[in-house]
Amino acid sequence: MTAIINISLKTGVLDSQGKAVHHALDSLNFKGVDDVRVGKQIVMKLSSEDAAEARAEVAEMCEALLANTVIENYEIELIK
Amino acid sequence: MSRKKVAVLQFPGTNCEHDTVHAFESLGCETQIIWHKAEKLDSDVDLVVVAGGFSYGDYLRSGAIAKFSPVMEAVKEFANKGGNVLGICNGFQVLTEARLLPGALKRNEHLHFISKHHHLKVVSNENTFLSECTKDAVVNIPIAHHDGNFYIDEDGLKDLYKNDQVLLQYTDATGSLSNPNGSVDSIAGISNKEKNVFGLMPHPERAMEELLGSADGRKMLEGFLK
Repeated sequence: MTAIINISLKTGVLDSQGKAVHHALDSLNFKGVDDVRVGKQIVMKLSSEDAAEARAEVAEMCEALLANTVIENYEIELIK
Repeated sequence: MSRKKVAVLQFPGTNCEHDTVHAFESLGCETQIIWHKAEKLDSDVDLVVVAGGFSYGDYLRSGAIAKFSPVMEAVKEFANKGGNVLGICNGFQVLTEARLLPGALKRNEHLHFISKHHHLKVVSNENTFLSECTKDAVVNIPIAHHDGNFYIDEDGLKDLYKNDQVLLQYTDATGSLSNPNGSVDSIAGISNKEKNVFGLMPHPERAMEELLGSADGRKMLEGFLK
């Protein structure tokens, strides 16, 4: 099973990189962009075949290491 | 005054440990560099310093991987028993990641790595670290960081002020706030509630001699000599 983890700054925490990218897109004349958030994606292969078990384990990894929950949110997607 | 023993932590990628040792030795302390694989600290250590640098290449997030090094368990135990811990720059990041200090250090607001001298105001000296400094004094200390943008939510910030945990703010030479990196309330350094764990982004260990631009770091580190 593959786990895709998307980590982004929480709403209300200023995303300076997102702001810089937004500004750059604006300079390139892409005018239809309302907001940009830059996050990171972590992809991992898991030996577990049990989705619930895998999700619980990945959530534990996010809480311990992968995300800093003081400033970041995470979303977990599992693909069989 | 007995000779204080200072343990300076070294992770892969730490690069300020020798400056830190030099600074504390110039103040008459006994020092030792502790490799991150160590599982114990000597029983007679008075102060643990988490030195600056780029532990684990700042991979994932600054300080995120270092917090799981074996030595950090010993540091937590030391801190929980009331031992003094000082995190400088990357050390501050490690201590927030390890939840020994509140908040987090984000990428600088304007995304640049900033390396220059910056003025700081001593907000509180009611703690061991800054006990030799005068309240509201302005000191001139180098900063050198990419992820120094201190963040804490509103409730957390209220708690910091309520418990006198805000130690240093970035200012100009006159003591007016001047924010180089986007930190909440221009905060440069804090302590935990118990006032035995301290963290700051600026480098007092690089401000020990007038010849090198400033000796204002001496007074800051001297707080640990008592």
